Amino acid sequence: MSEHYPVLIVIIPFIFALIVAFAGFIKPRLCCFLTISALILSLYSSIILLFQVFKTGCIEYRLSGWSPPWGICYNIDYLNSIIIVVVMIVGLMCAISSQKAVNRDLDQKKGAFYALFLLFITGLTGILATGDLFNLYVLLEITSISGYALIGTGNNKAAFASLKYLFMGTIGASFYLLGIGYLYISTGSLNMADIAAIIPELQQSKTIMFAFIFCMTGLFIKMGMFPMHGWLPNAYSDSHSATSTLVASLTTKVMLYVMIRLILNVFLPDYSFSKLNIDNIMVWFATVVIICGSFLALSQKNLKYMLSYIIITEVGYIAGGFWLGNRLGMTGAILHILNDALMTMCLFLSSANFIYVLKNDSFKNFKDIFLKMPFSAAGFVIGGASIIGVPPTCGFFSKWYLLSAAQEAGHYEFFSALIFSSLICCILFFRIIEQGFFSEDDHENNVTKFNEAPVSMIIPLGITVLLLIAAGIYSGDIITNFIDHAIPDIIT
Amino acid sequence: MKIIGIITILLSGSIMIYSTLDFPEWGDPLSPANTHLSVYYIENSMPDTSVPNIVTAILADYRSYDTMFETTVIFAAGLACFLLLRNFRKKKKEYSLYRHIPTGVTLKIKNSADLADDTKLFQRIDSTWVPFDLVTRTASGLIVPFIQIFALYVIAHGHHSPGGGFQGGVIFGAAFILFAISYSLRESLKIISEKTAVILSCVGVMIYAGTGLLCLLFGSNFLNYGSLAQILFTDPVSARSLAILFVEIGVGLAVAGVMIWLYYNISSSGKYNQGL
Amino acid sequence: MDNYLFFIVSKFNYWGVMILIMIGIYAIISKQNLIKKIIGMNIFQTAIILFYISIGSKKNASIPILHHLNEHTQKINPDDFVNPLPHVLMLTAIVVSVATLGVALSLAIKIYQQFGTLEENIINNKIAADNNRQSVIDRL
Repeated sequence: MSEHYPVLIVIIPFIFALIVAFAGFIKPRLCCFLTISALILSLYSSIILLFQVFKTGCIEYRLSGWSPPWGICYNIDYLNSIIIVVVMIVGLMCAISSQKAVNRDLDQKKGAFYALFLLFITGLTGILATGDLFNLYVLLEITSISGYALIGTGNNKAAFASLKYLFMGTIGASFYLLGIGYLYISTGSLNMADIAAIIPELQQSKTIMFAFIFCMTGLFIKMGMFPMHGWLPNAYSDSHSATSTLVASLTTKVMLYVMIRLILNVFLPDYSFSKLNIDNIMVWFATVVIICGSFLALSQKNLKYMLSYIIITEVGYIAGGFWLGNRLGMTGAILHILNDALMTMCLFLSSANFIYVLKNDSFKNFKDIFLKMPFSAAGFVIGGASIIGVPPTCGFFSKWYLLSAAQEAGHYEFFSALIFSSLICCILFFRIIEQGFFSEDDHENNVTKFNEAPVSMIIPLGITVLLLIAAGIYSGDIITNFIDHAIPDIIT
Repeated sequence: MKIIGIITILLSGSIMIYSTLDFPEWGDPLSPANTHLSVYYIENSMPDTSVPNIVTAILADYRSYDTMFETTVIFAAGLACFLLLRNFRKKKKEYSLYRHIPTGVTLKIKNSADLADDTKLFQRIDSTWVPFDLVTRTASGLIVPFIQIFALYVIAHGHHSPGGGFQGGVIFGAAFILFAISYSLRESLKIISEKTAVILSCVGVMIYAGTGLLCLLFGSNFLNYGSLAQILFTDPVSARSLAILFVEIGVGLAVAGVMIWLYYNISSSGKYNQGL
Repeated sequence: MDNYLFFIVSKFNYWGVMILIMIGIYAIISKQNLIKKIIGMNIFQTAIILFYISIGSKKNASIPILHHLNEHTQKINPDDFVNPLPHVLMLTAIVVSVATLGVALSLAIKIYQQFGTLEENIINNKIAADNNRQSVIDRL
């Protein structure tokens, strides 16, 4: 059985999604329990997979038993095994935290909600594990379609935001498909490793260059890079808080992973960095993304909108750090994918708690939040500290790598953009914390009651805070055991 | 906005047309796409799977994992429409409308809460003027069984001719949608209720995934049909062919169920009343 | 002259695909009506399907279905059958585009229920007015 874990991580949530959809019509109370048990099972198998990779190196799994260029294969290696674990953790925490809010808001449609929730996780895990470009597209569409539906169930603006996301997402996915078509027309293959073996012979081909451009355009739209970010803030803020936690913390990171995967394992760093020679432009581009994202975040009046713009700046961090092209930058970028998924989850979980109690996420309502909801507010502060980069939390370590990489590569504009956005994040979070601690009202006249969110929403937040600190403390181990092996040796 | 659109498409269009210049010429049998992977499929699909239709062989065997998720995509679309549109709240109306079937007269009844929706003589309708067209009803009633038989043929004959689970499932769903259009949604809900459509689609995807899991149980990789030879009492090659038929039936069920479910939700905006 | 003609003949259907893609993108960018945007999106996806099918074509080849009769007598010549792989991929892409269309239409229905219109600028105005009212209430 042990050799089947690569497929089990995808199949368990998938099968359970079908069962949950079925159970939604027969016994709706079971849905949440089934979802959580599915995610616990797949988290367990993903952890076992992580240890297998740690012991034996990369694992190849042949689906339908056909050898790679003709059939589809799964490649679990040092890069994706650890991201899969993070995805499963985020999914599990979101599922536990969402049950109260979902019970309250989506009573009879719980089955469909949790089925789509599990399909979303299935799609993301499949994207991470697959070694076939077209299989990646199909799973991308599963993720997107369940994402559109989950986002569409929010407040009254959510359907419109979701339709905008659908247009942009479909354009992005179609450009990615067009890029695969260009690769297919010039190499005749769809398997990542097979294409990587053919591409060095075709370095002069214009078709490969345009394949690269179209794939990257599609992924940039999907990950919300700055000029194409229009869909992101509305989609993440208008949606139901149970979905926005899941979608916001995972979608952009997995798309960034796909970008890294395509550059490292399909087009190869030699072609992407030396031949195309666009790394300087991309770093400048990321600098602009970070600065614009920070300013836009500063101008928001609602918590979730602010967090959405922070996600855009984080996308800039990771993309820019990766395109620096040196070993430190790539290490920082991959570490930041892991950390950022946890940080964003922490912030969105606490914002979900605020919304569950306060029914609104405007900054006006955050007066005396530390008296009313001490645990959620503490979680929020630690998440914010991690985004800013305060040492014991994990955000500090990845940011440190990114900063030293920028300094090593001589990209001082990226260096200063990182410092600048950290300062802006300080302002953003202290503005809210100040509201929470020192409100102008008299405390004695209207005593604020202790009104904390339910325990099932506090526990995931607490676990996430612990994970944030643990990921910070063990970041050295993660780098030496996994990320160092994931980056090819030619990058220094 | 129009000017921005025109500028964007002129720029990107010229880039895209420029990008085609390095392509191999159209229909060239020696282009990389036609010589690398496809040759293996054309030469070996018959000895590997004993399915003469190479497209079916690739779809349901070599790349069967894609196809499973393709079925999932359409299932997810059905779930998405349900989640977005389904409206369980019933508005309390002051009156409801009934049609006396033999005469075609519309009756408006107040306080109709305890009346049955349909009896032999009366039929519940939702708008004051609902056309009752005998010709469409009779004609579509005659056509529907033939379309359904054709759908079954398309599913079953996917090994030898163009066709397969998706096409057959869509045709099957279309036959039922024709019935629902020419009669009304209430009458079609009596034949295939919402629950039945959902269960049909769940079971369809489940057949596909279950075949894969069965292969896992017999000790081979996921969806490796060759190992099913032990329970199908044949050699691995014909086991693949049989398993492909099995999987296609699952896909057909899933697609037909989802098509009907999608139609129910979209045509009545989730209210499940009279529909179009 | 012959060279040019040959060049055009060997590329023109790719150009047709690109023009269709541009029509789709133009509809998504410039049209105000959401249904027209959905149609544009579908044109885009269909264009990519055509692109893949053109990749798989071969001159003087037939459909990729082998005949039972000559399976032993004759060796299969790959040049006699068109490339089956793009057809398989596009079956998947067609299903994906149908699924996206379904979700897009149900979102459009939901938007129509909430705003009473499908024109994007009117919806944007309504949302802006709503936000303004909200901020006025906040200030009071």
